[in-house]
Amino acid sequence: MSKIPLQFRHNGRDVAIFVDGGTNLLVALRELIGDMTPKFGCGQGGCGTCSVLIDGELHLSCLTLAETVGGRSIETLDGMKQGPNLHPLQRAFADHFAAQCGYCTPGMLMAAKALLDRNPSPSRDEVVEAISGNICRCTGYEPIINAILAAAGGRVSA
Amino acid sequence: MAVTVKTYASVSEAAGALSSDRSARYLGGGTLVMRALNEGDVAIATVIRAQDQALTRIDASGPRVTLGAGVTFARVLAERDLAFLHAPARSIGGPAVRNMGTVGGNLFAPSPYGDFTVALLALDATVAVAGGFGSRDIPIEEFLQARDRQAGTLVLSVSCTRPASSEAFRYRKIARIKPKGGSVVTLAAHLPISGGRIAGARIALGSMAPTQIRARAAERALEGRSLDATTIAAAASAAAEGTSPSDNALGSAWYRREIVGVYLRRLLSGQE
Repeated sequence: MSKIPLQFRHNGRDVAIFVDGGTNLLVALRELIGDMTPKFGCGQGGCGTCSVLIDGELHLSCLTLAETVGGRSIETLDGMKQGPNLHPLQRAFADHFAAQCGYCTPGMLMAAKALLDRNPSPSRDEVVEAISGNICRCTGYEPIINAILAAAGGRVSA
Repeated sequence: MAVTVKTYASVSEAAGALSSDRSARYLGGGTLVMRALNEGDVAIATVIRAQDQALTRIDASGPRVTLGAGVTFARVLAERDLAFLHAPARSIGGPAVRNMGTVGGNLFAPSPYGDFTVALLALDATVAVAGGFGSRDIPIEEFLQARDRQAGTLVLSVSCTRPASSEAFRYRKIARIKPKGGSVVTLAAHLPISGGRIAGARIALGSMAPTQIRARAAERALEGRSLDATTIAAAASAAAEGTSPSDNALGSAWYRREIVGVYLRRLLSGQE
């Protein structure tokens, strides 16, 4: 079966790859582009650790057919840091012990970024809602919620 | 195994391709078909897509509301004229699933999913489908009863009449995980009032049978009566009649039968 050519923007950089029919975006990002930040968790849309932004909108990369993102802009955790500095959300996650085993963290950060990009000062309930599709089995969510609120409020160490 | 993806510009071409290939599935938001592919479903050899703008159209200006099959729950939530559908749309998934999942795909979501369809069933929605022989409208209940045989039909849109007031249409999803999780029981009630009495009661239930179903015994208990405590009690005690829930990790069949009447009573009494 022939491969399908695919071009899109990956964290601000144009990329071109060849995918098999039916390949999901997560596999394309990890295995063909080498961006290992989005994780494979459930493959069913239940855990959220594969979350990426497509044209600024939060999507599950494992449930996205790769060839539907041609010409679109994909943001992953790999593109979040700002030069040598962590993104304020990443800094806040570190400060508030919001990452324990770390497996949910890429999805949590993308869900948090999707929220803060359109709502810079969310309420606690809005934060809870924003990460409701992301499962964390370590932290009990409270440190994650606090980290996102701290990043939104600018209360993050330099 | 790699599958063949076929993308069409129009729904009629996509519908023709879908109806002529038994191993083909239509890809909407991906939350069902991509999940099946990720799980290695070898029954799917072809994935069909359509980039027809008709599929993403919302017509919500008048008393009759039409949602294209490809309209996502996030778009339903962004539409002020669709306020009566915000509770069911918000009860689905997290933000990512709501950015992807579609109104049309929800019609095919197996229990314990398909919450939006519960609301549409209580609203007596009509499903517009395109098969190999042109398009037609099917009452949603009829569509759901034959859902197992609908893989070859392409859903174009769903339509329903806007409820007369926010009191007339009520929705509640019972989930163990807060704020989100699969449904233990999902309930929707449409209670049009005419001269102080209920005329055309519709009670729809999710996770109480293999597909979303109407609670006809409860509807009979409500029909022609005023919504008082006696009527509500009668409807609640009839809620489980005719249901056939299954056991799953979220709840047992026994538990679902026990609680469905309790939650119907609360929904009808306006309790949280």
